[in-house]
Amino acid sequence: MAPEPPLLSMSGITKSFPGVRALDGVDLDVQAGEVHCLLGQNGAGKSTLIKVLAGAHQPDTGSIRWRGEEVTLRSPIAAMRLGIATIYQELDLVEHLSVAENVHLGHEPTAAGFVVRGRAARASTARLLKRLGHPEIEPARLVGQLSAAQQQIVSMARALSHDVRLIVMDEPSAALDPDEVDNLFRIVGDLTADGVAVVYISHRLEEIRRIGDRVTVLKDGRAVAGGLPAKSTPTREVVALMTGRNVEYVFPDRPASAPDGAPVLEVRGLTRRGEFEPLDLDVHPGEIVGLAGLVGSGRSEILETIYGARKADAGQVRVGGRALRSGSVRAAVRAGLGLAPEERKAQALLMLESVTRNVSVSSMSRFSRGGWIDRRSEAGAARAATRELSLRPDNPAVPVRTLSGGNQQKAVLARWLLRGCRVLLLDEPTRGVDVGARAELYAVIRRLADEGLAVLLVSSEVPEVLGLADRVLVLREGRVVHRAPARELDEHRVLDLVMEGSPAS
Amino acid sequence: MTQHASPPRDNTDKVPPVGQPPSWRGLFARADVRTLSLLGVLAALILIGGITKPDEFLDTRNLQLVLTQASVIGVVTVGMTFVITSGGIDLSVGAIVALASVWATTVATQDYGFAGVLFTAVIVGVGCGLVNGLLIAYGGMVPFIATLAMLASARGLALQITDGKTQIVTIGSILDLGERDAYVLGVPPLVIVFAVVTIIGWLILNRTTFGRRTVAVGGNAEAARLAGIDVRRQRLYLYLLSGLCCGIAAFLLIILSGSGQNTNGNLYELDAIAAAIIGGTLLSGGRGTITGSVLGVLIFTTITNIFALNNLQSDVQQIAKGAIIVAAVLVQRRTASST
Repeated sequence: MAPEPPLLSMSGITKSFPGVRALDGVDLDVQAGEVHCLLGQNGAGKSTLIKVLAGAHQPDTGSIRWRGEEVTLRSPIAAMRLGIATIYQELDLVEHLSVAENVHLGHEPTAAGFVVRGRAARASTARLLKRLGHPEIEPARLVGQLSAAQQQIVSMARALSHDVRLIVMDEPSAALDPDEVDNLFRIVGDLTADGVAVVYISHRLEEIRRIGDRVTVLKDGRAVAGGLPAKSTPTREVVALMTGRNVEYVFPDRPASAPDGAPVLEVRGLTRRGEFEPLDLDVHPGEIVGLAGLVGSGRSEILETIYGARKADAGQVRVGGRALRSGSVRAAVRAGLGLAPEERKAQALLMLESVTRNVSVSSMSRFSRGGWIDRRSEAGAARAATRELSLRPDNPAVPVRTLSGGNQQKAVLARWLLRGCRVLLLDEPTRGVDVGARAELYAVIRRLADEGLAVLLVSSEVPEVLGLADRVLVLREGRVVHRAPARELDEHRVLDLVMEGSPAS
Repeated sequence: MTQHASPPRDNTDKVPPVGQPPSWRGLFARADVRTLSLLGVLAALILIGGITKPDEFLDTRNLQLVLTQASVIGVVTVGMTFVITSGGIDLSVGAIVALASVWATTVATQDYGFAGVLFTAVIVGVGCGLVNGLLIAYGGMVPFIATLAMLASARGLALQITDGKTQIVTIGSILDLGERDAYVLGVPPLVIVFAVVTIIGWLILNRTTFGRRTVAVGGNAEAARLAGIDVRRQRLYLYLLSGLCCGIAAFLLIILSGSGQNTNGNLYELDAIAAAIIGGTLLSGGRGTITGSVLGVLIFTTITNIFALNNLQSDVQQIAKGAIIVAAVLVQRRTASST
């Protein structure tokens, strides 16, 4: 019997963005009727790969064969015409349109070519929703009124409204309750029974065990393993594939002795419902505490709540023994907290302004009398702060947007250094920073700690947390599942914990 | 997961050497391309005026008139520049000028004399600004909507106060300020007020923490908040400031016209926004220039004057203004696209 060609066969796909090779010769085969799982850490290239498959990105090189024939996916419409539908993690629905209008967006049933047949659209939408096990969603309701889980179903109905042969699902279970996950799996089962292929992306290894047929593991833009059996490959092996690294990071030495004395940051029972469960943690002066966890584990939310940018439902934050008013960034800054947020450009930097002004923005009262700014002392202090961090170029008058990612991060750190803060909250401090510049940033962070700052570090890159922090808290879905000194952990163990919640045997 | 391309560096965009120690010698060297081009446009207009109507245009009285007319809208534009720099908009300025001018010229107010009229104009302006600011900063309303509502209400209230009648000013000391005897070295008092407001506005925007916070809020409100700036309070102050400027402008208009009318300040909001935008203030916020705004006002006022002297209809004027706005914004897009 001649072997059936795979439904989809991608080979040698490369895709570069300025400064980054996101995909470096990736192969992916998907058979009709299978659930093919894509695994990989953040930044491994999963999103880029599915965007290529959806026609949203054009690969630089490589070929895509669809049912044995070479195809070019020039646009999302081209991919849809072939029968490839993608359900993105961030749902792309129009809130102010109805369910039926969303499902048929771009291919509305029409009369005379342009009059939308609303009734026909609603009827076919109702059929699709019934097939998906959610007949209670009314096709005429506005999407904005639906829950996140229901919106996901609508997204899926939209995918199925085309004659679909392959569905890509990017972390579909992230926003779902356990019941809803069961329903999702039932739908996936129905689809594959009809011969539809599913490419399933998830961080949760147990889900992959339940519904997956084969697994492809991506790391640093390469497929390090293709088509492993999903149910029988040992967790250890999968984790090792995900983490084996080409780039060795250089981390600064830790101080010989653990810091003693009173903690400067104390968090007690801090809670935000739906984001993270009651949290206790202490950070001492001179200490770096790391929070390890995946996207969606509540890491950033924890930092922002400590900082007052989000209002806590319960619990307390104390700095130097004094309780902070909840939900007030200004109180936190006054007490000596400083945040280097995850989205540097959107949340920290004034992109039109100079480095000096970005550095001085939180300390303006120090350079002003009666609101009048002494620009000479401002410039001098900003220069001193940026020099201390070896920010390049050594000219704080240049616009901050002309700086590299690493130096922009240094400008944010300089802001808090100048402010004289006691506790630094770092959210993904090396995101968007070149690999070469990371070691320098690590050294800066360690030096700030050695000089007496308390640092709370969040990163989705496990080696970064383990290499930089003194103590580590491992988070999974808003809950601390493990606490240990960094020396007692290794990357595999932490990944086991963040993915399965308990150490693998 | 994918890295976003960093924005292309725009080398044609002059890098403003902010943050350097002040140096007065550098003031002119620092004048950027935009300011120079605005000065060029203004010079060209003066040249056109001088050629087409050499006697009338360059006459001292005419130049005094142009500057006087520019003063009223100019003061409004200074306030507007702050609001736009912060990423907001104030559509109610014309209506506030109208309301302040009629409230300050009622018979009852005029009983209190010069000080009573001035005080009332300023307080009404600040009061309207306070309402705008509270609605926007603490009520969470979009500036466009809140100030649109103020536009409608203030105009309505102004009509109610006057019943559509012109309220004549009878206080001699106010009327005298509009007379030639009050000119200081040939400069009308209104123009002096405009100059003072401009200088104070420039200093506040460029040399004070208030100005820095305004720019920070407009450039990136979330970053400003996370840097510890009280964004809401800053927004409130900005609309107060705009209202204050409207109150001052209303008083200038009372001097200029010797009366208060509910139709005063008609479409000032458009003129002020247009002047700020062609001056180089970003409508999206984060960058503002008082110098540019004042040049914008002078350009518009000069055009109006030249057209009037040449007996061109106001419809032609409007078309010319529209064309200038489009041209200025196209230039702005090109120079600011790097962000």
